[in-house]
Amino acid sequence: MNEIVQFENVGLRYGAGAETLSDLTFTLYPGSFYFLTGASGAGKTSLLKLLYLAQRPSRGLIRLFGEDAVTMSRARLPGFRRRIGVVFQDFRLVPHLSAFDNIALPLRVAGVKEKELVTPVAEMLDWVGLGDRAEARPATLSGGEQQRVAIARAVIGRPEILVADEPTGNVDPEMALRLLQLFEALNTLGTTIVVATHDIHLLSKVAGAQMMRLEKGGLSDPTGSLRNPPLPRDRA
Amino acid sequence: MFSLFVIPGHDRRLIPEGRLSGPMPWVIAIMIFLMVLATGAGLAFAEAGNNISDQLSSRATVQIIEANPDLKAQQTNDAAARLRGMALIEEVRVLPPKEIEDLIAPWLGQTASEMEEAQTGTLLEDIPLPSLIDLTLVRPAGEKELAELRAAIRPFAAGARVEPSSGLIAPVIALVRSLQWVAFGLVALLAMATAAAVIISARAALNTHKETIGVIHLLGGTDEQISRLFQRRIALDALLGGILGLICGTAIILLLGIQLSALGSGLMQSLGLSWLSWLIIGLIPILGMILAMVTARMTVMGALKKIL
Repeated sequence: MNEIVQFENVGLRYGAGAETLSDLTFTLYPGSFYFLTGASGAGKTSLLKLLYLAQRPSRGLIRLFGEDAVTMSRARLPGFRRRIGVVFQDFRLVPHLSAFDNIALPLRVAGVKEKELVTPVAEMLDWVGLGDRAEARPATLSGGEQQRVAIARAVIGRPEILVADEPTGNVDPEMALRLLQLFEALNTLGTTIVVATHDIHLLSKVAGAQMMRLEKGGLSDPTGSLRNPPLPRDRA
Repeated sequence: MFSLFVIPGHDRRLIPEGRLSGPMPWVIAIMIFLMVLATGAGLAFAEAGNNISDQLSSRATVQIIEANPDLKAQQTNDAAARLRGMALIEEVRVLPPKEIEDLIAPWLGQTASEMEEAQTGTLLEDIPLPSLIDLTLVRPAGEKELAELRAAIRPFAAGARVEPSSGLIAPVIALVRSLQWVAFGLVALLAMATAAAVIISARAALNTHKETIGVIHLLGGTDEQISRLFQRRIALDALLGGILGLICGTAIILLLGIQLSALGSGLMQSLGLSWLSWLIIGLIPILGMILAMVTARMTVMGALKKIL
């Protein structure tokens, strides 16, 4: 099985301080579902930033889609970022755009024609239960609704990897379950999912999901999935 | 450049545009207004300098200095006749006494006609003025030509002086040229100040929309896509401000032109603007917009390069 993400001895240091992430070595495989857990401050968000190319590591090797992401030129980064969907912990919705325009943003950035994006965006709004809030600005949406818009924006472009930082942090248990089902549905279509969470109850909700645990910037591998490729989900 | 203004509406909404609500269009309007005035002045001085030089470079004046009026008249006629026969000369004109009196009247306080009315006689009777022969040469009057002229009239009027007209007004031309370059220097300084204002505005806009830019970047937006949004916004600000500045500046130039014409001074009346000069002035808002766009692009691209 070809790896989609490969980390080798990756370290990340902000400024002159101690390393936030140390000696991370792991491989993620296409079509797999991973939970990234760890206490607050363990480095989950920093690891996700490396995954969605918001940060370059201080040392080590990162291969993404088979290419060296560490020495990749800036000009090539946008093309790679369009293959990654991101749900930010703080949502990062554009405040002056409607829910519809926020969800359509990745498609517009990718140059999709206007008439070709109306239907998928409307379907996505329905999928996350916000079909009647298409014109609402983020400030008028509740925390949970904003989170669903952020998730819809992350998945609208059918990314090859979806990286989600605490995606269920602001929603009730029922909505959390629905969102997880949404991720699973995407996963069954072939998208690799990485969900950072400190909610251990979520881990049992997705059959066949692998777990990566960060402790003080280092990675432990309790399921062994990072060393051994998982079975495809339909056989897990 | 046209494609810059036809960015789709949804892209334009990414960076909210507050037309005329911020200081930028007004700052650019003031800059363009001053640039129009300085450019108008510089071009007017340039044209005046060229006109004066062209008119005077191939002209010379012969002064026949002789106290005896009869002898002076004889020498003047002989010299004029000799000069008319020279290939170097295009036109010879002996200035009539009344014209000479009118020339110096402003310094003496009375014109010949006023003296006649006052029955105090004429200037020529009271002051031994030289007679003047105005020469138009077929080419600019250099030292060689002047020496040739002096040699030609010496046998008829030994005390005659030959002066190039350009020599008399050379300090004025030098002053006009200096003013021209001062005006163009001001235009350059104003252009630099405009660019500085655009840099400050672009940086402020980048800072204001930092979050949105970060999101667009992480969703795969390119520097070019982000830069175009700012370029368009600043180009429109510059164009609006530029047109306002041009209208005000042109009005002032026209008013000054009317006032200068009313002065009736030959030197002042030579301060005109040709259609080419007006065209250059009309292009200032466009050039200002291009300057603002290029500056904004360089500023935004430079800032974005610092972000991964």
